[in-house]
Amino acid sequence: MAIGVKVMKRPEREVSYVRATLKGMALTFKHMFEPKVTMQYPEEKSTTEWSISQRWRGTHRMLTDEQGRSKCVACGLCPQICPSNCIKLVPGEDEHGNRYPLIYEIDEFRCIFCGYCQEVCPEEAIHVGVHFENAEYSRARFVYDLERLQSQTHAVSTLWDPTDARGE
Amino acid sequence: MTPEMKGFILLSVLKMLFVFTVIMIGVALLTLMERKVSAWMQNRRGPNRVGWAGLLQPAADGLKNILKEETYPAVANRWLFLLAPALSFIPALLLSAVIPFAAPLPVDLDFTLGPLGRFAYHGAMPMVVADVPIGFLFVLAISSMGVYGIALAGWSSNSKYALLGGLRACAQMISYEVAMGLSLIPVLLMSGNVSFAAIIGDQQAGLWYVLPLFLSFFVFLISGFAETNRLPFDLPEAESELIAGYHTEYSAMKFSFFFIAEYANVVTVCAMVTTLFFGGWDIPGRWDEQGGVLQTLATGGFFFLKLMFWIFFVMWIRWTLPRFRYDQLMALGWKVLMPIALAYIMVICTAIYGIEHVAGITDPKLRSLALFGVNVVVALLVFGLLDSGVFIKGSNRRQQTSKALVKRATVTG
Repeated sequence: MAIGVKVMKRPEREVSYVRATLKGMALTFKHMFEPKVTMQYPEEKSTTEWSISQRWRGTHRMLTDEQGRSKCVACGLCPQICPSNCIKLVPGEDEHGNRYPLIYEIDEFRCIFCGYCQEVCPEEAIHVGVHFENAEYSRARFVYDLERLQSQTHAVSTLWDPTDARGE
Repeated sequence: MTPEMKGFILLSVLKMLFVFTVIMIGVALLTLMERKVSAWMQNRRGPNRVGWAGLLQPAADGLKNILKEETYPAVANRWLFLLAPALSFIPALLLSAVIPFAAPLPVDLDFTLGPLGRFAYHGAMPMVVADVPIGFLFVLAISSMGVYGIALAGWSSNSKYALLGGLRACAQMISYEVAMGLSLIPVLLMSGNVSFAAIIGDQQAGLWYVLPLFLSFFVFLISGFAETNRLPFDLPEAESELIAGYHTEYSAMKFSFFFIAEYANVVTVCAMVTTLFFGGWDIPGRWDEQGGVLQTLATGGFFFLKLMFWIFFVMWIRWTLPRFRYDQLMALGWKVLMPIALAYIMVICTAIYGIEHVAGITDPKLRSLALFGVNVVVALLVFGLLDSGVFIKGSNRRQQTSKALVKRATVTG
């Protein structure tokens, strides 16, 4: 044994290997009959003990107005702030002088899901979503275009609010 | 060839088919059972996707392993690398041939099968593939052969992890074989015979050997764990140190063979424990000795129940105890189990001599009961010593030495 190792002084009954073994076996046997904690994932996605956080930052969603047009005004703040440079925005302008995105694409493979785009958006148009089932058959399908972003229906993330740190 | 010979061969082939099928399917299901038991002990559900309650999981695993790519390390000794899984697989399966799994079945067979001629078999057929007269010596001999497979797997992989795993397995199995062999000598002293049939017969006449030979059972069980490389003695695999030990470099079906061999060994050890110490297929009472189809089925079922209990026990231990350190493993084998087994042989020799020649008790039941009395005393003594830390020390018993070391360090330093 190495020099100077601190050894706890314990009563005899706590250091006996025989008793420790029996105690351990009683414990594991008892656990066999306890309720199982496994969540049967594809069938149940949340239980009373656990559900996905409302602050979860998953794949994006673009909100739309009453006419079904995107709320985005193509201000260019989200591609500006995006740390991974995954948002491609080409602004356009209609005859009334309203700006709208001609092209709005998010490369979900590049995205680091920091949620800055949602924080910076003045129109509350782009959001990160509470969503995690993103499997696709090709890499190309992970570049979400405007139409795809608008058609997502999952809940949007409630980002962390520094003034209400505990979410109360 | 006489009709009796042909009948014997036919029945033997049928028994072989039966045992082989049951062992192969049973081993596959044991992998599922292991996962289920581990899951339950950790408050999980375990595999339940493939088939009802996951019953087809072993089939899915097997299919996967057959379809997977077989890899060969570039520097491996290819022939030995191929041979090693077979060498560990064959002895493991061979052992299932000598374990009697039910009461002898009365057979009255006499028929003619076309050009093959007449088949005949009359009398009680022992429900064991090969009723070898050398009994458990055969098991001890063949189970030691398994170490060749493991050692060759470790060496031929040409990888340091595999080599260390193989070396550890060899050292461990050879060490514990000593204690295992010694722990079986009291059984030999009791029954006067090594054949399984005689041992079961003696247990039917007296008591199950676990009572009159408790310490033998205890030592045998622990050595059995070490022999099968199961936790808490799975040093050869020790994933935290050796990745996967001797089968690090193996993939696909060759890896599966090691796995099957391990579980087949577990079955064998559990069957040995059942046969040698828990009366084999014996059902308490005299009913099962009458001989008949019903008795054979019932005893077979009872043997299966006992076997399953011990297999469960092995898994229970595995998911309870952590792994030994290597020097602790060796110390336990050589310094604790072997002396206990040796001393126990002396005690049993003396006790049997005293009971049979001094006290003059010859009735097997009374003899067993008297030995049981001796064993209660011996077991209390040994477990008292184990508990008080004379053989194995807990960390706070070493406090004296470590304090002295600190003192010395401060004085000299």
